[in-house]
Amino acid sequence: MRLINRHPDRSGRLMLVLLPFALLLFAYFVGSAQRLADNPNDKLLPSASQMAAAVDRLAFTEDKRSGNYLFWEDTAASLKRLAMGLGIAAAVGLCLGIAAGTLPLFSAPLSPLLTVLSMVPPLAILPILFIVFGLGELSKVMLIVIGITPVLARDLEQRAREIPPELLIKAQTLGASTWTLILRVVLPQILPRLLIALRLVLGSAWLFLIAAEAIASTDGLGYRIFLVRRYMAMDVILPYVLWITLLAWLMDLGLRQLTRLCFPWYEGAKA
Amino acid sequence: MSFIQVKNVWQEYGDQVVLERLNLNIAEGEFCTLVGASGCGKSTFLRLLLGQERASRGQILLAGQPLAGEPDASRGVVFQRYSVFPHLTVLDNVAIGLELPRSPLLGRLLGSAKREAREQAAQMLTKVGLGHALDKYPTQLSGGMQQRLAIAQALIMKPRVLLLDEPFGALDPGIRKDMHGLLLELWNETRLTVFMVTHDLSEGFSLGTRLLVFDKTRIDPHAPNAFGARITYDIPLNSDRRATRAAVDALPAHITAGLQPAV
Repeated sequence: MRLINRHPDRSGRLMLVLLPFALLLFAYFVGSAQRLADNPNDKLLPSASQMAAAVDRLAFTEDKRSGNYLFWEDTAASLKRLAMGLGIAAAVGLCLGIAAGTLPLFSAPLSPLLTVLSMVPPLAILPILFIVFGLGELSKVMLIVIGITPVLARDLEQRAREIPPELLIKAQTLGASTWTLILRVVLPQILPRLLIALRLVLGSAWLFLIAAEAIASTDGLGYRIFLVRRYMAMDVILPYVLWITLLAWLMDLGLRQLTRLCFPWYEGAKA
Repeated sequence: MSFIQVKNVWQEYGDQVVLERLNLNIAEGEFCTLVGASGCGKSTFLRLLLGQERASRGQILLAGQPLAGEPDASRGVVFQRYSVFPHLTVLDNVAIGLELPRSPLLGRLLGSAKREAREQAAQMLTKVGLGHALDKYPTQLSGGMQQRLAIAQALIMKPRVLLLDEPFGALDPGIRKDMHGLLLELWNETRLTVFMVTHDLSEGFSLGTRLLVFDKTRIDPHAPNAFGARITYDIPLNSDRRATRAAVDALPAHITAGLQPAV
């Protein structure tokens, strides 16, 4: 049988899904055990017990200096910045995208501007943000907002354009004004696409968050990673990276479930 | 005076002339079917009537007034596809027509007004045979049922003119037959003036009280776009239906009010 026609069955699929993860873990721990056997003080590939000890120290023991649980403090600080950044970017991107995608008079000035703005590398203007907004929370949130808003707005503009013109005409024959047409026809059709667009920019949002935290911060997941780098504390860095990955994956899953729950018509409309 | 007057209408896109020198007088309650080859301007004419496009020359009068330059509630429309809102249930697809004009700020009604609108919408849907599918989304409906929904949606606005752009083009022959019955029934009950573009000649003949054939009368082989289409045949049809309607119209208003069920 040709390769293209061969499908894994249920249990086979599960095994194939787990296989690469298992291989990665296996390769890591073999390497780790080997290096630790050569040199018990090796820091590059810490063992599982070393990482567990580090997690225990950060997540389940009070910090001696501040009396806080650093791991959870970092997580809360990062998630707060991320949520604010994503929330503001979603709101602004939605407004810009709908305006540019629905109203020709707004599209003319907005579309080229958004195209150019989305080409500005956000990290290149990070120093400007620090100068303008200071080193506080605002500049970190703004980096996320500036980084992903143009992408969201352009994507939503495109999606708004894809709404069949027949539907917009139909709404007008049903007595809609521009405002109510946007409110009852365009917005509800764009919202599920906003959630999908958010899933796609989640990776960039984390990137900007960690970059901002690495450079100027006193807490946050990115801050911690870059702080302990000085001591080559891989036993802290690796669990943090895993934790960030898990959080990002959970957010992606959450957004997907939310789309399915809130917009039951959407999957069907795509098919 | 006729209900709709088309006075020397031309439609040109740049060098391309699509329609030229159209002159028509349409009485209220007429069922006009528009036929002709592909690309001969039938749909363009429909878009002009809808207000989606403006004529390059000439004017169209609706009840003596120049036609509004954009689509509005006076003219309902059913397209071949994309006529219904995918994000609304069947019931809301029709109720939205009652909500939008009455709520300029939110575009939706609340409380008892909403209940009332939904009841009215449900009656309309029962009439077109969708009473059992009120809570479904359009994607869960078959093509014929979606078009029934689109018709109900257009008629809930009580428009004076209904424009149909190949509404049954994508349907199976059997279902098309049912739709013809439904459309005639609704036309008989209301004083609707209908314009229907169709590719199906027999459909055009059997449904219409007036058949308009669009065709190019002049063709320059070196410049195929230099001349536009005109109405080459204007055929009165189904005079019995037309006569029935005229007779009903002639009756005193207090009697007809009892005869014609409100849609």
